[in-house]
Amino acid sequence: MIKRLKVSLVGNPNSGKSTLFNRLTGLNQKIANFPGVTVEKKTGSMTISSSDGSDYQIDITDLPGTYSLYPKTLEEQIPFQVLCDPTNESHPDVTVIIADGTNLKRSLFLCSQIVDLKSPAILVVNMMDQVTKSGVEINFIRLSKELGIPVIPMNARDGDGIDFLKNAIISNIPVPELDFIETALLAPEVVKAIRQSVKLNSNYVAFQIANNIDQISFFNDRQERRAQIKEILNRHGFDHSIMQATETLKRYEVISQLVKQVVKAKNAIPSKEKTFTRKLDNLLMHRFWGYFIFLAILFVIFQAVFAWAAWPMEMVDQAFTWMSIKVHDALPEGVFNDLLVEGILAGLGGVVIFIPQIVLLFTFIAILEDTGYMARVSFMMDKLLRRFGLNGRSVIPLISGVACAVPAILSARTIASWKERLITILVTPLMSCSARLPVYALLISLVIPDHKYLGIIGLQGLVLFALYLIGFIAAMGSALLMKFLVKARERSYFIMEIPVYRMPRWKNIGYTIVEKVRVFIFEAGKVIVAISVVLWVLSSSGPGDEFKQVKKQLETADVADTELQNHLAAEKLRLSYAGITGRAIEPIIEPLGFDWKIGIALITSFAAREVFVGTMSTIYSVGGNDEDIATVREKMMAEKNDKTGLPQYNLAVGWSLMLFYAFAMQCMSTMAVVRRETGNWKWPLIQFAFMGVLAYISSFIIYRILS
Amino acid sequence: MRGDFKKLSEIKLGESAVIESFTDDTMKLKLLEMGCLPGEIVTVTRFAPFGDPMAIAVADSMLSLRMSEAANVLVSIRS
Repeated sequence: MIKRLKVSLVGNPNSGKSTLFNRLTGLNQKIANFPGVTVEKKTGSMTISSSDGSDYQIDITDLPGTYSLYPKTLEEQIPFQVLCDPTNESHPDVTVIIADGTNLKRSLFLCSQIVDLKSPAILVVNMMDQVTKSGVEINFIRLSKELGIPVIPMNARDGDGIDFLKNAIISNIPVPELDFIETALLAPEVVKAIRQSVKLNSNYVAFQIANNIDQISFFNDRQERRAQIKEILNRHGFDHSIMQATETLKRYEVISQLVKQVVKAKNAIPSKEKTFTRKLDNLLMHRFWGYFIFLAILFVIFQAVFAWAAWPMEMVDQAFTWMSIKVHDALPEGVFNDLLVEGILAGLGGVVIFIPQIVLLFTFIAILEDTGYMARVSFMMDKLLRRFGLNGRSVIPLISGVACAVPAILSARTIASWKERLITILVTPLMSCSARLPVYALLISLVIPDHKYLGIIGLQGLVLFALYLIGFIAAMGSALLMKFLVKARERSYFIMEIPVYRMPRWKNIGYTIVEKVRVFIFEAGKVIVAISVVLWVLSSSGPGDEFKQVKKQLETADVADTELQNHLAAEKLRLSYAGITGRAIEPIIEPLGFDWKIGIALITSFAAREVFVGTMSTIYSVGGNDEDIATVREKMMAEKNDKTGLPQYNLAVGWSLMLFYAFAMQCMSTMAVVRRETGNWKWPLIQFAFMGVLAYISSFIIYRILS
Repeated sequence: MRGDFKKLSEIKLGESAVIESFTDDTMKLKLLEMGCLPGEIVTVTRFAPFGDPMAIAVADSMLSLRMSEAANVLVSIRS
């Protein structure tokens, strides 16, 4: 018979928790969000066979890193909710606490809190190789006796101690008997009254409830209980900030005694890691070289996402084109065939095309994060970006956004503060991404004369540069605006640990990349495919007999007669639902100088901005071929405005359209990713509206000024 | 002896001081948990290139905090 056990991993940040998690679960892991919040929940499973032949199925939850059970940020609320509330769906049978052996005191603080919760727990003392190297000895037998829980020395990097941990997990460990500190003494009446009111495992849970009465999910469906306990607290004048401070000092007092007993520094050598870290920091955090190196790293990342990703993306594109042709030819002609090829397959292609960029970007980010460099980036950039409501770590998403907002927004996860992360996500799509480039290129060549200044500086190039700059300024300006509009869920701190430099753990990096790709495909991907199908329906079907006639003519038209084919395709698009919508929104977009043809392109290019060029080709009967861009340009240049009889694409319309594309949220993939990263449709819709209004107003103003 | 207390934000690069008390309750709790206890020695190891935030070495680890946050930590310089 298979027995099931729930295990939670908990520990300080940088204690090697994720390495241990990966060791235990391998690729049997899933990332989701904890219910109701956008905090990443990593779960995984493993099986352990015990010596008596029974098998155990272990479900492991990796809780966000924290220094204590007292929640200060959104992430830190999770360990507290999971461990203190027995009704929580992730509440463990066994809690595994991971301690950094090189900083035992601080790790024992969290450990001692968990011991006092009185549920089965195991302490893992990690990084034993470094502890031994620095000439320190730890008496584990004594430590285990004093804590009242099993203690396992470990080196998670090379797997030393893993088997001991597995055995300990299934060994039916008892509830710790000893109180690490006597919490009941801190607030005797309150603890007693709460325990009389609710059934609890320990005095310390009661004490925690007293301290976090508003946060704990425990009472969410029992508000009268919560009110009752609040009444108890008021009656006894319970001051949680004094209580927490007293508890913390008391714990550290006991811990200091304990550490003196169990830790022997024989011939303490200053740790090599620390000396190395200090030397490297002198360079990497230097006031000049530090920025120079960071800039160089950013440049390489940008190159990777922009240029290196181009050829695998091209291959994905070709593979899907090939598949489309094969599928199209293999199946009988008809609606189902078209839906499969132009709707679903095109949508899938639109998802897979992002994978090279996501893989490359996250390889870099995972390396920077894992080595400890990212904490330094935060440190160096904090003062500059804080003013805009952003975080030091926002630099990576913003720069990556110049290539593509999709991987960029996924990378904003490294920002711990919810408000700063949200603002980063909201403004990143304003950075000029590579999908805008074909649109800009077409429009610039259409309305900007090819002047040269001083012989080398081209006007067209200057305009392109200006568009990138405008995107950047809009992003920073919007961030500043949102700094005042977005409410903070918690107080923003910058108090964080700067870890010592470590070699990247390639396995961890591999897992990170696999997980990011998996999450993108399965969560954002389905939205992208769905919207892609909707857009296909809009542009490939239409009401009335006229549409049907054109469609039939197109199907029976002579394949060799490209002119007729192109003409009919344009007619078909005009009569389709997309065409009708394009014409319907003409009154709305007319003040910007746009006609219904541009209206259609605005709708279809919601799939991806560069679709604008393809749609223009179809509308102007050029055929969908990329090589025909020059022809599209000629056709668009020759286009006359119905009312004025002047060229439709003049300077004013060109700029108006360029600004519209610079600001508007014309990208379903970005919206799908924002939905996934913020947890619901609220923020992507707000973002859509904000960027739309910004685009409309800017285009309106520039059109009025120039015409 | 209160007159001898300084704010942590006033300590110069490379200098050490002893943590005495905190003037902000929420931050006090956060710092205590991370091992910044009264009586511990802090050394200012680095300032970010624009003079803010600062990095301190305390109790086996390096922490960073903004100057506005460091202003809530009172320290004394003992010889």
